[in-house]
Parts: sequence; C-alpha cells; structure tokens
Amino acid sequence: MEKNNHVKSILLAGVGGQGILRASDILCMVMMEAGLDAKKSEVHGMAQRGGCVTSHVRYGQKVYSPIARKGEVDILLSFEKLESLRYLDFMKPAGSIIINNIEIYPPSVNLGDIIYPQNIIDLIRNTFKTVKVINARDIAVQAGNVRAENTALLGVLSLYLPIDIALWEKVLTSSFAAAVAEANLRAFHLGRAA
Amino acid sequence: MKVLMSGNEGIARGAYEYGIRFASGYPGTPSTEIIETFAQYPDVYAEWSPNEKVALEVGIGAALAGDRAMVVMKHVGVNVAADPLFTVSYTGTNGALVIVTADDPSLHSSQNEQDNRNYARFAKIPMLEPSDSQEAKDFVKLAFEISERFDTPVFLRTTTRVSHSKSLVHVEDPIPWEDKTEIKINTSKYVMVPMNARIRRMEVEKRTQRLKEFAETFVENRLEINDPGVGIITSGMPYHYAKDVFPKLSYLKLGMVYPLPINLIRNFASKVRQLYVIEELDPFIEEQVKAAGIDVKGKAIFPYTGEFDPGVIEKGITGKNLTTVCIPDVPIPSRPPNLCPGCPHRGLFYVLGKLKTFVTGDIGCYTLSFMKPLEGLHSCVCMGASIGMAHGMGKALKDKGKGKVVGVIGDSTFIHSGITSLLNMSYNKSDAVIVICDNRTTAMTGMQEHPGTGYTLLGEKTKELDLETLSSALGIESVRVIDPYDISTTRTVIKEELSRSGTSIVISRRSCILFKRHVTDSRKPLKIDADKCIGCGICIGLGCPPISWRKFENLPAESIKRKTKKQDGIAFIDSNICNGCTVCQQLCKADAIIEESPSHGKK
Repeated sequence: MEKNNHVKSILLAGVGGQGILRASDILCMVMMEAGLDAKKSEVHGMAQRGGCVTSHVRYGQKVYSPIARKGEVDILLSFEKLESLRYLDFMKPAGSIIINNIEIYPPSVNLGDIIYPQNIIDLIRNTFKTVKVINARDIAVQAGNVRAENTALLGVLSLYLPIDIALWEKVLTSSFAAAVAEANLRAFHLGRAA
Repeated sequence: MKVLMSGNEGIARGAYEYGIRFASGYPGTPSTEIIETFAQYPDVYAEWSPNEKVALEVGIGAALAGDRAMVVMKHVGVNVAADPLFTVSYTGTNGALVIVTADDPSLHSSQNEQDNRNYARFAKIPMLEPSDSQEAKDFVKLAFEISERFDTPVFLRTTTRVSHSKSLVHVEDPIPWEDKTEIKINTSKYVMVPMNARIRRMEVEKRTQRLKEFAETFVENRLEINDPGVGIITSGMPYHYAKDVFPKLSYLKLGMVYPLPINLIRNFASKVRQLYVIEELDPFIEEQVKAAGIDVKGKAIFPYTGEFDPGVIEKGITGKNLTTVCIPDVPIPSRPPNLCPGCPHRGLFYVLGKLKTFVTGDIGCYTLSFMKPLEGLHSCVCMGASIGMAHGMGKALKDKGKGKVVGVIGDSTFIHSGITSLLNMSYNKSDAVIVICDNRTTAMTGMQEHPGTGYTLLGEKTKELDLETLSSALGIESVRVIDPYDISTTRTVIKEELSRSGTSIVISRRSCILFKRHVTDSRKPLKIDADKCIGCGICIGLGCPPISWRKFENLPAESIKRKTKKQDGIAFIDSNICNGCTVCQQLCKADAIIEESPSHGKK
C-alpha cells in the first residue's frame, strides 16, 4: 500500500507545567511561516496536572493526521529523562532523540513503590544512534528565566530542522510578552550553541 | 488569511463569521474553549449556564424568540440536557439552534466514552461531523443553514482530537448579526401537551424524510473515487488517519452522519470491490449500511473502544504496522496527573483519607485524590452524584453507616447538579456529611465563572451565590466553613459533624492556587532542614509534587545526617515549585520543614 512520504513528525514529551504546549505551538507556527502545511495535537485537561504531556507536530506539503503512528516519529524532543523512555516505540528506528537531562519524580517514585530507572541515557544510546543530551534548565537559568526551558530545547531542536533562523526568531518574538521575549530568545540561542 | 486554530477555536470563529451572536454552555473538556473563544468576539452574548440542561433551554428560548443560538457541551453534558433535547426536536426551533457535542473517545478527560451520534438518531436530530479545524469552522455555518431551512435543532459533533488538534484555517470577514427576533405566539407548535405533540411527532417524521433526501446531495458528503479496489466510508478525524496511511484509496467522506445518504452509499459500494466503514466507538454507520443490505466490513477488524490513530487503521486493513524499536526492559513508573502544589484540596483529602469513612466523590480536580497516597475519595460517577449516593449509602447502611459516610463535591459541580440532591437529604432526613470543596472557580476545566464566583462569562460583576444561606434555605441545620490549609481545624470539624445526627454541610473554602483573583497572601516556599528531618515520611504521604524522598544510599556520604539507626533517607522540598501552603509543615513532627531563606523566595 502507498505511504505519504513527505510528512515529518516531531514528538514533544514531558511533564505538565514544563511549557510543552507552548513549545509545540511555536514549532507549528514556524512550519506555517516556512510555507508548509502543519498540524499539531495534544490532549488538554487532566494531563496538565503534573501528569505526562505529549504533543505531536507534523508538517509537510500536505498533512492529514495530526498524530503520528508508532514507528513514525523523526525527532523526539523530551523535556524530562523518564519521559524519553516512555515513547520510544513511536520512534523511527533511525530517528533522533533530544533529552533534557533533568529528573522529575512521579508520586510512585516518591512513595518508594518503584525506582526511577537509572542509566536511561545509556539505555537509549544502546538503541538509537543520534541522541543529544543537554540540561535545558541550566540554560534557561543562564538566559535569565527559569521558565525558558522550553525555548532552550527548541533551540537544540532547530539544529535538526532546515528552517531559516530568522523565522524562528520572528515567531519566538511574537509568542512571548515583551518582558520575557528577550530571555526566551537568549535561551533559544544558548540551546543552539549547547 | 490563514491562521493556526484548534477545532474549538474554528467552531467559535465559524459561528461568529456567520453572524451568530448568542451562545450558552457549561464547561467540560474537550468543549470548553468554544464558548471561551466565542465570548472574546465583539458584540456577542455568551453565558456559562449552571448546567447543560439550563444552557440548552436558554438556547431554545433564544431560538424561539427568532435568534440563532449555539449551545455547547461535552458528550456527557448531553445526558444532562437530554430532557429538553428530545422535545425541542418536536417543536422545531423557529430561529436556529445548533448543539455542539464534544465526544471523548479514549476517555482522556471523562468518566465514559459514550458515542453521541446515537443521540442524533434517538432524538431524530441531524448531525454534522467536522474532521479538522477548517471544517469545524465551515460546518457550523452549514449546521445553522440546515437548522433554519428544516426548522430543526442540529448537532455538531466533535471529538477530543478534532477539538484540541490545531490546523490551518482560512479566516474570513464576519457577516453582521441580522435582527429577526420578535414575540410570536404559536401554541400548537410550542406547547407540547399530548394533543399538540402527537401532531408534531408526525412533522418530525416528515422532516427526517426530507433530511434523508437532503443528505443524498449534501455537499459535505463527498466522494473521492481513486483506486476502485478498496472503498472507505468514514467521517471526522478517522478520515485523516485513513488518508494518512492510504491516500490513494477511494473514500466516501461523510460530513453528515445522521441521517445517512443510503443511496449515495449504495452507489459508492457499487464502484469499489471491498467496502470498509472506519468509525471510532459504536458501529453507528456500519449497522445502518448493513441494514440497507450493503456488504461492508467494520468492527470485524477495527476496535469498538478508544480513539483510533493511523496505526490502528493500517493494522485493521493490512494486518501490519511500521517497525518499532524494542523498548528497553525496565519498569517505567507511571505519571498520573496530580493535585497542584498548594492545592487546597490536598489538606482536606489527607484528613478524609485518614478518617476511615467512605467518601462518595464527584467530578473535579479533587477526584484525583482517590489515588495513592491520599486515597481520600472512593467513588465517582457523574456531576452531582456524590450527594445522592452519600444519602443512598447512609439509608442502606442504617446504623452501620452512622458517622461513616461523607460526600464531597466542588462548588461549580454543586451548583451544576447538587442542589436538588442536597434538598433531598434534608427532606428525607439523611445522616451524612457533605463537604463542598469551594475553590471559588471551575478549576478542572481552567477557571470558568459560575454563579458562586460573582462574575459572568463576559466579565460583568453579578450576584454571588451564598452557599451558606442556600444550604440553610434547603433545611440544613449545621453549616460550617473551614480553611483546608488548617489541618487541625479541618480534622476537628469533620469529626464533629460526623458524630452529629442529621445532614451537615462543611464548606471547605480556599481559592484554587492557580486562580489569581483571590490569591492575596504572599506565601514563602518551604524547605527541609536536613539537621532535623527524621525520615518518617509523613510529608511524603501528602503526594505534593515538590516533596520527594531521597534515599541515603543515593546521597554522598558527607551529606548524610542520620538521626536514628533505622532512618534510611530524607525528605526534600523543591522550593522552586513549593507554594508555601504549610500543610506539610503542620504535619511534620520534627519541626524539620522551615521557610526557604528570603533571598530565594520567589514571590
């Protein structure tokens, strides 16, 4: 059967409150600015209360489904270490993974019912060739706004996408209030350099 | 101009562009943003009604007055609104009435995954189903046109994936509102006593016949004839999932899912060798197609439950999926949603969890406290159920239930459908305690106004419902107010009320921590004093996100300060996300929870 080969899929994953939905909005608007068709999907509501949050972003000449199949994601942008482990089956075997090297413990770990898996990065590196690990929280602090973790991660992601940097800057500037836009742009560029 | 919009924003935009200026609803995921977005447009009237039944009746009234009204709710909201729904189908609408139902396959944020297409057939009301944000916008207009043309309410059905995914939408200039309102009396059409309703009943059948004919040529029942080998009948988001994996097959994409264009379907079936129906949840289309004697495959290969994705469709048709990697063989801790740091519900449910009572629960953020470690809620059925169930349990248990049954309900939920059940408790002499978790807003769906907040959806100041006075008026003799940040008083008051006979109301009042209107006191984040923490773990039992447990075996030896031989770890508070509610501080027996130094304070 035929396949729609022109569509790329990016999966953003993390924990409620990390700015994942804002990041995927920005990514989707960047693709739109680049003249591509783009769709994104996530689930609001219960998921935001400290639970897992994922957002699918898909772009290309013509996009039908706003969500990717298992085995179809080109890039996983993971906002938290454990969350990068949870969605590996969505990845293309040759896909790339960007991991924010921070740990946020779920309640079951705090209660001692289950341990937070050790050596997550090694486990992922055993399976995937392209794995980039950064600490976006440190970058955000360095940029002057601890909440800019998401834009720091977008900075890393931008290295993997053939999109003019001016488009990113344009969308980032229009996506934040003037008071925090500068710190977010700084975080984005620090992310690119990390 | 093209704009990135969610399906919900598309619906609001479509209504506004088409000159609709009247909307009512009750918040509920995944529908909430429709009314919220619509209310932002100039010169509209939009309201949060106390519940979906009221919202629909408001819309029926507006339409009867000649206006065109949109009423919005989530799928289970239609259950609440079902009583007026079935009869407005008989009366017709005069102006125009579109009812948006947002279904939730996979129960992302709901207590069930009912398929509301069944309501269309059950109530004999036509239903349109958009598949993306552009169609969401376009179909609202079509729905209003059908409503006006056929004098019928019209359903617009979305699912979570359509409501909450974003895609590009072509935005156009709005047409202005046209005033067609007037007072016109027509009792034979609008007074549904049996002698009139029997006649209207016949009109409904005639209308349905005309709608069936209309469906045959409806522009959004669209044929795409490509590969004649396989034909797919589908609608809504599954259309995009199918096109994603099989762009070259033939499609009949239904924009109207009730009534179905059976002749068009028969014609399509004759053009393809193998016919499939791809639909989430019930075999709604499939059964009607089969009843028409057309051979089709549907639920034999696709699931009855949960939302689909392109992989589900690929697997159903080809039996195969894409290659995936092997996930490393380690247990991955689950990460369920949790109450926020500083959530006022936490202290209350910590107390309830320790009291060894049965707590009938309701719909709201606080439902999450059924989980470990709080375990302070033991049932959840629907909006308002906690009160009726607490009463029923108490009556059935008789003496065994004395002092053992508590019902909990949020402020918005109480107003939605708890008031009559509370009246029932006082009328039928109940012994249970009802706690109204009054966080001053509709928190779960994102801070919507309700009659207890003192503001309307459009931001006007209005009368603020006084829950104490209302409870007294309903016959409740003991009405007490507590601050759930005060653990000791909360425990004492609930114990006292459990030991009384008669119905008690305890109002646990403290604004949602995310709701800016009432947060006035500046609280300082807390931290653990490592010199004092004895590792008892009581604070961990609150399940508060900033508080975590650090085992000594994972800490550098020089940082370990062991107070007892048995101590194997220490609590840790992430001051960056602590709100300083002090509930953990009140529980700590070692005085080991102290204020973070002022220089690190964030507020």
